[in-house]
Amino acid sequence: MSTLTAEKQAAPPKAPASRDGGEWRRTPGWLYAVLFVGLFLVVIPFVWMLLSSLKPEAEVRSVPPTWWPETITLDNYETLFTKLDFPTYFMNSAIVALAVTAGNMVFCSMLGYALAKLDFPGKKALFAIVLGTLMIPGVVTFVPLFVLTTNIGLSNSLIGMILPFLAGPFGVFLMRQFIQSLPDELIQAARIDGAGELRIFFSVILPLCGPALATLGILTFLTSWNNFLWPLVVAQTEDKYTLPVALALYSVGQNATQYGLLLAGSVVVVLPVLAIFLVLQRHIMQGIAMTGIK
Amino acid sequence: MSTISPSTDRVRHVDPTRRQQAVAAWALALPFVLLFVVFSLGPVLASLGMSFTDMRRTDIRDPFAVNPVGLDNYVQLVQDPLFRKVTLNTLLYLLLGVPATMAVALLVAVGINRVERFSGFLRVGYYLPVVTSIVAVSVVWKFLYRDNGGLFNTVLGWVGIDGPGWLDSTTLALPSLVLMAVWRNFGTLMVIFLAGLQTIPQEVDEAAEVDGASGWARFRHITLPMLRPTLLFGAVITGLGYLQFFEEAFVMTKGGPLDSTRSATYFTFDQFGFGNYGYAAAASYLLFLAVVLLTWVQFRWLGERDEKGATR
Repeated sequence: MSTLTAEKQAAPPKAPASRDGGEWRRTPGWLYAVLFVGLFLVVIPFVWMLLSSLKPEAEVRSVPPTWWPETITLDNYETLFTKLDFPTYFMNSAIVALAVTAGNMVFCSMLGYALAKLDFPGKKALFAIVLGTLMIPGVVTFVPLFVLTTNIGLSNSLIGMILPFLAGPFGVFLMRQFIQSLPDELIQAARIDGAGELRIFFSVILPLCGPALATLGILTFLTSWNNFLWPLVVAQTEDKYTLPVALALYSVGQNATQYGLLLAGSVVVVLPVLAIFLVLQRHIMQGIAMTGIK
Repeated sequence: MSTISPSTDRVRHVDPTRRQQAVAAWALALPFVLLFVVFSLGPVLASLGMSFTDMRRTDIRDPFAVNPVGLDNYVQLVQDPLFRKVTLNTLLYLLLGVPATMAVALLVAVGINRVERFSGFLRVGYYLPVVTSIVAVSVVWKFLYRDNGGLFNTVLGWVGIDGPGWLDSTTLALPSLVLMAVWRNFGTLMVIFLAGLQTIPQEVDEAAEVDGASGWARFRHITLPMLRPTLLFGAVITGLGYLQFFEEAFVMTKGGPLDSTRSATYFTFDQFGFGNYGYAAAASYLLFLAVVLLTWVQFRWLGERDEKGATR
């Protein structure tokens, strides 16, 4: 290993030193081959989706199928955005996802801080509730929630879609884990300086939570963007549909056989989150490692 | 998991500070607690209450004027052939989906853990399906599964196999949905397993290899036992997902053919759509019970085996 060191120093290190087990543990070539073939299989539905969405309807349904589009056209996308109301669905999805994200970032970091650093009666019970809430399936609450939102005049509204998801247990758990790792001395020093407890949270702790807030923000946005059951229940008229609701209802409704159109719709739903994920994936991977939960 | 941090220990004798802390803590907790009570705890209890009534859509404006019917909804559910069918289907989703998802995730994680280069790239690539909308990928896979001109049957055609209509068959439709769900879900577990694998000290593995243990023996007797807590956690969260299976069937098969892919969540949604709120609530509560039971059993089962295991 020492003979390799000199060479390695010249080039930028490829892997952390601790993972360098010496020559006898070199990765076998077949493993790369298998992993890249596997990756190809995993990605192929996305490639197929994108390529098919650019074909005219007749070519989409041709047997045998074409791989690369013989005619590249944006007709399907034009139909989505001019004949159908995809701009509205897109806006609805974005509004709901952004509001839910903002709410979770604020409310979850507040409770996360209290659970991580403050001592108060009821703390253990509160933390148990947070963990318990992680287990409640959406299917258990949606019927009474629908009755509730109807009676307070929020059915068929974006606010009705947003409110129940404004502060989730996952965010609390993530923020608590992160804030616990911040040194207590910071808080004590601020207390000695005479700062009030809330002030300590907002001006000492919160500015240090950047990485965790970024992770929480991205994950919440993705989850909300893809959320289906509750928006499906709340939205009753087309102008309140989110993208997944619209896509699902079109795909089982009168547009069921317009493959090109539906695939273009899938691209519209999937592409923004794939882009966000690829740009910010580091934060997401950190978040999963930090909490063990998606 | 210490709930008492050093700082609070030191200020314990200063009473006003403790009071201030408690007030501040509850002020910070208030928004979450309020939202929790109104939108989680309330509905969970209301759902239980509704399940003992004959509430229907027509009662929506006056939800307290419904008649109590005791256990009627539950009795009716147990006797409902469709509910039995969807319960069986949900069990199949669980029993096929969890092992398959875990096996794929573990294989990929062990592979990526072993490579020196591209591991970050591979991890991101394999994770891609997880971030996408289930509705959207279901639309795509419905297209891939098409009888004529679908990707699967076209590829099968190359080797001379006349592929079946995957989603039109009462026996093949459910496994086909599971296959898609495995593809969509395994990335989460892969990342969790990778984090678990990295906590296994490499020295142990290397020592075993020097002693002549084969790759499989090392995997079986070192990696698997040391990964047990991570596997348990993975099994629980994956199981919870499959118990709530819904969107895939909604988009790809509408629960068919002949209800062969209809799940318990789908059944609840249907009953809600028919306006049978009490009946839907009872069905959802049975599912909730299953969720709690599954979590409990899995912790019990894997927890015990962990104690018997050689490690720690």
